[in-house]
Order: sequence, then structure tokens, then C-alpha cells
Amino acid sequence: MAERERRQTPPFGGVFAAHARIMDADDMARAVSRMAHEVIERNHGLDLVVVIGLQTGGVPLAERLADALDEIEGIRPPVGSLDVALYRDDIGLRPVIPEAATDIPVDLDNSIVVLVDDVLFTGRTIRAALDAVCDFGRPRAIQLAVMVDRGHRELPIRPDFVGKNLPTRRDEVVDVHLEGVDLGVMQK
Amino acid sequence: MTAHLLGIDGMDRAEIEELLDLTDTFAEIGRRPIARVPALRGRTVATLFFEDSTRTRVSFDTAAKRLSADTLNFAAGSSSLSKGESLRDTVDVIASYGVDALVVRHPMAGTPHRIADWTDASVINAGDGSHEHPTQALLDAYTIRQHRGALDGMHVGIVGDIRHSRVARSNVLAFSALGAEITLVAPTTLLPPSLVGWPVRVSHDLDEVLPSLDVCYLLRMQRERITEGLIPSVREYVSDYGLDAARAARLPADALICHPGPTNRGVEISAEVATDPRSVILDQVVNGVSVRMAVLFLLLGSGRELVDKAESVAGA
Repeated sequence: MAERERRQTPPFGGVFAAHARIMDADDMARAVSRMAHEVIERNHGLDLVVVIGLQTGGVPLAERLADALDEIEGIRPPVGSLDVALYRDDIGLRPVIPEAATDIPVDLDNSIVVLVDDVLFTGRTIRAALDAVCDFGRPRAIQLAVMVDRGHRELPIRPDFVGKNLPTRRDEVVDVHLEGVDLGVMQK
Repeated sequence: MTAHLLGIDGMDRAEIEELLDLTDTFAEIGRRPIARVPALRGRTVATLFFEDSTRTRVSFDTAAKRLSADTLNFAAGSSSLSKGESLRDTVDVIASYGVDALVVRHPMAGTPHRIADWTDASVINAGDGSHEHPTQALLDAYTIRQHRGALDGMHVGIVGDIRHSRVARSNVLAFSALGAEITLVAPTTLLPPSLVGWPVRVSHDLDEVLPSLDVCYLLRMQRERITEGLIPSVREYVSDYGLDAARAARLPADALICHPGPTNRGVEISAEVATDPRSVILDQVVNGVSVRMAVLFLLLGSGRELVDKAESVAGA
């Protein structure tokens, strides 16, 4: 799980304790494959599509989504990564440290950007990502793919492609990793 | 507690590396079509220069602007200092504009440390006398890392007026912390009176040192040193310590030639060597902005002190 979440979920800096396995590795593979089909259907192919993973959780998922798109269409769209730390609205309120340099490999003017993240929660990361993407150009459209939508939105943002809708309590934590998705809480 | 950057002295390897790692993120911003992020919106960075400088001040100013901070420039020459205002009053006045960071250059060693005691703003030392110039050392380390991967085991020769150089002092501390071996190359008159405790070797023979160098770091030779009697003449200095094409040929093919600027072409470096493919002088300038962005963000935006707070809450 992202270091940021670990630090910012009460009791701050604790250890993640899972209480339920929500998806296993096969479930995730099927979800990625379905989302890939949806991306292709929505955009009538992959001509303009650029896949951009959000640091850190979205980056491996963006690669997996691109692999799945390649498998279906025989074209692997360009894949980039975006660190939105410097666009966050909680700078000065909470610890904010960029994890890795942003890498946008192509011009985004007139492209269709598919943002990929592991968990959609308040929507504030996506708000920051929309600002960041617009600094790189004017895409024709920006779409959002997430593995888990856990609700509790604080901004008018919704995903276009969802692996799983998961009702959660605010104090719970969703951990998306290679072998699956766990729901749990932070403990001291 | 307010965080400052007063010198490399007191920073350990992990802290230096954290900053250099973070610099990659800010270097990428500099390559964007719109080289600006909103990270320090609403913050104010003041440059307070009591000594002439163009590149360091412009570099800090650019770094602050790329982070969307407001900037305020104070230069001693055009200020009330010439009307007799004290340093303390000047700092208080600048601070009362609601400044979050003060970037200070002063001819007296220790001035930024003193100012840090007087203000709630973060103080960044941009050169104090012949003491330290930490952001220069960080940008130099970043530049070497960029070209050579790491400083571990690198042999760095620092050539010229070590005695009066804050750059040399900060660089010796930073490079040695990062695992480089350092040789100071200068006539005895331009070395500090004592080198006890400095992790360096000393040579007076540049030609002998050149073939073993990974980095040849040239310092600016100031002409005042002649009137002070420290070198007999510029010509003699050039013939012993100036890097010309013939000397540069003795450097390994993958060595780097660095200079903190502004260069005295024809003195410490010849015009042809300044444009040698191994010269990374312009990279140093570009990296200077990125490193200073990382410093400003770490001090003003990262909320690093909040991390410690959160951890102590967790531990409680």
C-alpha cells in the first residue's frame, strides 16, 4: 500500500491488518481483461488512447491494462506514469513527497487519456491528476479506470471503468497488490 | 521547528541522497512544455543578496517561480542598507512581508545562521563568505551522479583557490559524504592554513593528477588574489593550473569538467576546454534550478515535520 495512506490513516503510521480478501489474483486478471474490453469498446479501438498510471498504485495496473489491450487488439498503447504530489490540495496540511519522476512519453494534444489508479476514494488525487494532465496538453478526452471504487467521494468525480465497487467504512483501508485486493484497517 | 538549509556540514549521506533523488522529479518539470507546478502556491520566497550574484539569484528565483511561489528580490546595492539600516532591521522588514523562505548570500561567514535565529522563515544559505554554498555542492553532486551514476569511488580533483572558496568547502563535504575521493590541487598560498580533518589529499602538480581524475572541478580564480600577493601573476597561474586543451587531453575520455561559474576563460579554463564534450558546465546551470526546487519544496511544501508528528502520535 502507498506510504502516504499508511501515514495518513488513523492511527497514523500503523500496520495494515487485513480482515477480508475481496479479490484474488484470478479475479483481478478477469477485471483487468473486462476493463480492457470496455476501453476498446468506448473508444472504438485504441487509435488515440494513452494509458497513464498514477504513482504509485496505478503504475503497475496501467502496465497490466496496456498488456490486456495489446492482447485483444494487437496494439499496445503508449503508457506513462504521473506523480500528482505537487498538484495536491493538502500540501502544507499533510506530508506530501513525490515518489518518482513523471514520465509522459507522447504529446497528449488530441489524445484520449485513460488515467489508471488502484483505489478511488475521495477523488482528490484524480482532481490533482486532471490538473497535471492539462499541463501536458489538451487531450480530446480524459477517462478514469480504477481497480476498486470504495465510495466516500468529496468531489464530483466518477470512474469510467471499475474493477470492483466496494462499500467501505471511512476508517477502513483497501490494499491493492499483485496477488489481490484486501480490505482491512490500520493497527498500531 | 522551522527547517533550514545552512550548510552541507551536518547533513549525512542519507539526507543528501534523499534530496538528490527528489531532484529527478523537479528536473522532469523543467523539461515540460509548461514548466510550472502549483506546489508552493501562496508561499513567498525572498532572495536576500548582500553580495553580487547573477546566476545563483536567478536560479533560486526561477526555482521558486516554477513551484508557483511568489518571489521578492532584495539586493544590498539598491537598498536602505546604504542609508545605514542594520542587518537585523533589514531582515525584520523583509520578514514582515510574510516571507516563508529567505535565501541569503552574505560576505560574512555565519550570517545565514544568525538570520535563522531571528526569523520564523526557512533560511537557505546561498553562500556565506568563504564558509559554505550548500546548493552549489548539491547541484554539482547531482550533475556528477547524472553522468556517472554515483560518486562512490570517483576521484574528484578540485583545482584553484581552495582557500577562499565556499564552493570547495561545501563540495568536499558533499562529495566525501557520497563516497568520492578528493584531491585538492593548488599552490600552497591558495590552500587553507590547516587541512586537519579534511578528508582530502593535496597536490601541487595538476599534470600528475589529471590522468587519474573522474571529475576535474575548476574554481574561479579571482584577480584580487594577485594584489594580495597569493599568486605572482595570472600568467604563472595559468601555466601551472589552467586547464587548456593540452592538459584536457591528459584527462580520461569519460572524465567530467565542472566549473561553478562564472568562468574566467583563458585563466582557470581555456575557451576550447569550456566547450569540450566532457564539459558539463551548462548541465550544472540547468541542474541548479532543479536542485533548488527540491530544496524549496522539501523545506516549504513537503510537510516533513508533519511526518515526524504523525509518527510520534502513532508511537504514543
